[in-house]
Amino acid sequence: MTLGRVSLVVCVVLLAVAPLALSPFRLGLLAKYLCFAIVAVGIALAWGQGGMLTLGQGVFFGLGGYAMAMYLKLEEAGSAGLPDFMVWSGVEELPALWEPFGNPVFALAAVVLVPGLVAFLLGLLVFRQRVRGAYFAILSQALAAAFVILLVGQQGLTGGTNGMTNFTRFFGLDLSDPNGQRAVYAITALVLGLTFLVAKLLVRSRFGRLLVAVRDGEDRVRFLGYDPAVVKTITFTVSAVMAGLAGALFVPVVGIISPALLGIVPSLELLVGVAVGGRFVLAGAIAGAIAVNYAKTVFSEDFAEGWLYLQGGLFVLVLVFAPKGLAGVVESARLRWGRKPAEVVA
Amino acid sequence: MTALLEVRGLRVVFDGFAAIDGLDLTVEEGELRFLIGPNGAGKTTLIDVVTGLTKPTAGSVRFDGQELVGRREHRIVRLGVGRTFQTATVFEELTVVENLDLADSFRLPLRSLLRRRRGVSDAVAAALEAADLTALADKPAGVLSHGQRQWLEIGMLLVQRPRLLLLDEPVAGMSRSERERTGELLHRIAATHTVVVVEHDMEFLRKYARKVTVLHQGRVLREGSVAEVQEDPKVREVYLGRAKGKAVT
Ligand SMILES: Nc1ncnc2c1ncn2[C@@H]1O[C@H](COP(=O)(O)OP(=O)(O)O)[C@@H](O)[C@H]1O
Ligand SMILES: [Mg+2]
Repeated sequence: MTLGRVSLVVCVVLLAVAPLALSPFRLGLLAKYLCFAIVAVGIALAWGQGGMLTLGQGVFFGLGGYAMAMYLKLEEAGSAGLPDFMVWSGVEELPALWEPFGNPVFALAAVVLVPGLVAFLLGLLVFRQRVRGAYFAILSQALAAAFVILLVGQQGLTGGTNGMTNFTRFFGLDLSDPNGQRAVYAITALVLGLTFLVAKLLVRSRFGRLLVAVRDGEDRVRFLGYDPAVVKTITFTVSAVMAGLAGALFVPVVGIISPALLGIVPSLELLVGVAVGGRFVLAGAIAGAIAVNYAKTVFSEDFAEGWLYLQGGLFVLVLVFAPKGLAGVVESARLRWGRKPAEVVA
Repeated sequence: MTALLEVRGLRVVFDGFAAIDGLDLTVEEGELRFLIGPNGAGKTTLIDVVTGLTKPTAGSVRFDGQELVGRREHRIVRLGVGRTFQTATVFEELTVVENLDLADSFRLPLRSLLRRRRGVSDAVAAALEAADLTALADKPAGVLSHGQRQWLEIGMLLVQRPRLLLLDEPVAGMSRSERERTGELLHRIAATHTVVVVEHDMEFLRKYARKVTVLHQGRVLREGSVAEVQEDPKVREVYLGRAKGKAVT
């Protein structure tokens, strides 16, 4: 077995025994990190493999999260009632936009399709116009800022600044019960596994090779008969769907969705883990996302202010001294000890 | 014979400077055409226009009767026009065989692209052979030497199976033996394809060229056999003038 296989098995075993070993509180934290890891896989695809520095994944995370939250709120309110926050803000009738989200199938489809569709249309528009590099990064960041403003402004529809909270049930699971929480954790871990698998297959396919070619020489790829805009749009859409799924799971895991979780800073934070772990290696991105968010929990308990600086410093250090992240460091160490180099895109 | 490529009244202006200034060119199906001219004559710009990289100010480019001006680059490739670049560009992180495979796969539907490559297609194997890269097939293209990169690029063009190949200075910077190999490769390619080669290596030209078009200041100065072109006083002046200019600086 290769080192990669061994690490994979170890990780799966660790994730499987976590519910037995961790307190419900700690397990909930781990589930939250796994949500961020799902986003990280998407970012590693778009940024690491495709060269699209997306600073606005919070938007897609949010779209998935709000779609899920709307369903859960309606489910709770029952057939006659209104979600709690609407009552507080004086809304008397259920807004038309909310109506279909009472249907679980519709809501689940929306979790995937809404972020996917938004990313697809945006991608077509932007990549066809050959917007790339820093321009694309800034554009995606502006999108995150605009999204937050929109959410905050639509108090009656979205719960405004407070967002939505107080979720009690998730598809029949009781979220206050440790067993319900374990089930939500298991679902999250499973979705992370599937996300990883899909990304891995994509990276290894011809499309994955084409994506790397687009990253390294978009203009040259045109003369191989491909439209780079299509390649980028598809990849960006996949990464957005992953962020949407993560957002949808975040709601039952953490119990809240609000604009503060989705703006420019949280979107950047999603990126930090990927950079630290190594954006060119999917497993590295996952490990980085979990590690950085764990560190955030640990440090925030003691000195919340310091964490922001520490995180910023970490980001800069990694980009300057180890642009391939921890995965890159591991890779060079293995090369130095004379072992067979791992696949470039493990 | 029928015209495969017809360029008519072409004008390309960059910031008020006409890099191509009323150019007409016809290339017949099956031809091997050499395009020469001093630096800045507009040779690369002409290839750029044909392949959609540069939009002309005026004029038309017809390939097999279809207008190419206004089409996007990958569409033109899909019609059957392929090119190489003056500085060979290959994908350094991909292996040699992956580079060739991508050039081979653009006709595949998306769902086949989403699968993993299994083995090597006949076209790719043949190109590996032709470019003498079989031993390096699984090495990243980044490790290739300058000459090998140029061969890889020609190999990629071959698996792309275009009807018209446009090669921009394929032997520039190559050693003598590499130039010879490239010449043989070119000779073989020309047997089954229509090829336009930009090249001003005179020795190379004498050895492989049949029909030559001389460009100067964005126009066709002379067209004919190698001997005819070499004897033309206007052509001599252009090249001599350039040599003089070089001697002065
Ligand atoms: N993108 C560009 N912008 C401005 N001028 C250009 C551009 N491309 C080429 N030129 C100019 O057009 C002329 C023709 O260039 P080129 O076609 O590259 O010549 P050749 O390949 O024959 O040496 C040169 O004077 C060059 O400086
Ligand atoms: Mg040139």
